Amino acid sequence: MIETRGLRKSFRSRAGRETKTVEAVRGVDLDVPAGEIFGFLGPNGAGKTTTLRMLATLIEPDGGEATIAGADLLKDPGGVRRRIGYVAQGGSTWDDSTGREELVLHARMYGIGKAEALRRAARALEAFQLTEFADRKCKTYSGGQRRRVEIALGIIHEPKIVFLDEPTTGLDPQSRAHMWDEIRRLRADGMTVFITTHYLDEADALCDRIAIMDHGEVVAEGTPTDLKREISGDVVQVGLDVTATGEAEKLFDGEEYVNRLEPLDEGGLRLFVDEGATAIPRILRRVDAAGLDLRSIELHRPSLDDVFLTKTGRSLRES
Amino acid sequence: MKLARDTWLIFQRQLHLLLRNPVWVFVGVFQPVMYLLLFAPLLKPALGAATQAEAYKIFVPGLLVLLAIFGGLFQGFGLIAELRAGVIERSRVTPVSRLALLLGRSLRDVVSLMAQAVIITLLALLFDLRVFIGDLLLAYLMLALIALMTSAVSYGVALKVKSENALAPLMNTVAQPVLLLSGILLPLAFAPGWLQGVARWNPFSWAVDGTRALFSGDIGDDRVWQGLAIITVLAAAGVYWAARQFARSVR
Repeated sequence: MIETRGLRKSFRSRAGRETKTVEAVRGVDLDVPAGEIFGFLGPNGAGKTTTLRMLATLIEPDGGEATIAGADLLKDPGGVRRRIGYVAQGGSTWDDSTGREELVLHARMYGIGKAEALRRAARALEAFQLTEFADRKCKTYSGGQRRRVEIALGIIHEPKIVFLDEPTTGLDPQSRAHMWDEIRRLRADGMTVFITTHYLDEADALCDRIAIMDHGEVVAEGTPTDLKREISGDVVQVGLDVTATGEAEKLFDGEEYVNRLEPLDEGGLRLFVDEGATAIPRILRRVDAAGLDLRSIELHRPSLDDVFLTKTGRSLRES
Repeated sequence: MKLARDTWLIFQRQLHLLLRNPVWVFVGVFQPVMYLLLFAPLLKPALGAATQAEAYKIFVPGLLVLLAIFGGLFQGFGLIAELRAGVIERSRVTPVSRLALLLGRSLRDVVSLMAQAVIITLLALLFDLRVFIGDLLLAYLMLALIALMTSAVSYGVALKVKSENALAPLMNTVAQPVLLLSGILLPLAFAPGWLQGVARWNPFSWAVDGTRALFSGDIGDDRVWQGLAIITVLAAAGVYWAARQFARSVR
């Protein structure tokens, strides 16, 4: 659905007398199949938005090529525009317009006739639970309501792909969960959804596949599960009495499914294993057979932050 | 066809928003009305005009051109607000005609100016100004072309500078000499030779002369077609340039 090769963009910025060239995006290759929620994860300034804006025909790439829903980005930007929807990060509604007016106007800008535009607006308002506020001015909306109008604007012409730039930034947790449901609904309707986010949990919970971006490059790509598995397997934390820690260490040292172990100061062990689900029963049997008093057992999966850390040497939370 | 449809779409939207807050039409007309009421009465003795009506025939056309220039030049501010709200970017991801994005807005400005021009003209009628309707309509055409040009240029500049803080001084710097060199407040006939020489290079000075000729009923005067021709060419150039700004990538 989206295929890019070597997409590049640099900006020139001037500070005093010096002109600096910032390479915002340095060669991005992506393959996004139809019907996925594809996530672009990375810290602010990683080049996510720039890439998205190139794909949405808003800025021209310096180099590389891309095909979007069958249309060539460079040769046929008009064709790309008809096939995609784009929802910007900073909002796109006018304070003094109503939600319905915005939707009708936007549909008509895609060449849709007036009657059909009105029908679609009504349907979109219904689907996004906005009917109640449809004829109030946008400035009276809450952040979540306004964001829903904006998403509705992005899909009013029933595009094959919709690009959502940080769709949940600035929303409260409840509106955020609501927005996730809306995005999943788009996928269920057969749309390909391309989102950017700097939230780890969002990329993890919402996206079928993600590309991690840093300094203008894709440093990792895959399903969240694969990416995490690629890193380090799982961690099983076994809570024991402090006096039993030494004995347990001897017990698990040399077990073939344990890659590495660390004693815990508060008593117990941290066991690094490939697959937590299969390791836990074996660990339990071993503890039981040795007659040790088990206080707790916890399974930790590596997070996407661990993935980011491994690939870039920094934590996403820090950057 | 698509251009006409898209332009109409944007025009309707912009006019609708303007009518939702019609107070702006009156804010725009306030300054010229003040000139009409508080400055124009000085002109009869100052110009040595025979009657009040005579003085208004000279002053009102200049005032209307002033209104058209300023009304247009400051439309860019609205566009910067739209840029900030993301409305322009939202339009740019659709296949809507780029020229229509500009023309729809500029035509709204022309309509708003026409409403203001009618208000001024009606007020001037109270001061015994008399002008033939045919001449008046041609003068309005001149004003419409001026407003089309200045608003288009203002939108183009707004897209380039993207900030009110830069737009305001820029527009004032341009508007001030243009205003003084077009003989709007007083006819340049009073000016010394060098000043008249400089003013000949100011297209708005030609527009003011042409509009004055129309208000005096001299529709056959050369200055009428000259003013109209100059402003038509400039309006076309202004629209062309500004439409290019709309089409080009805006970060």
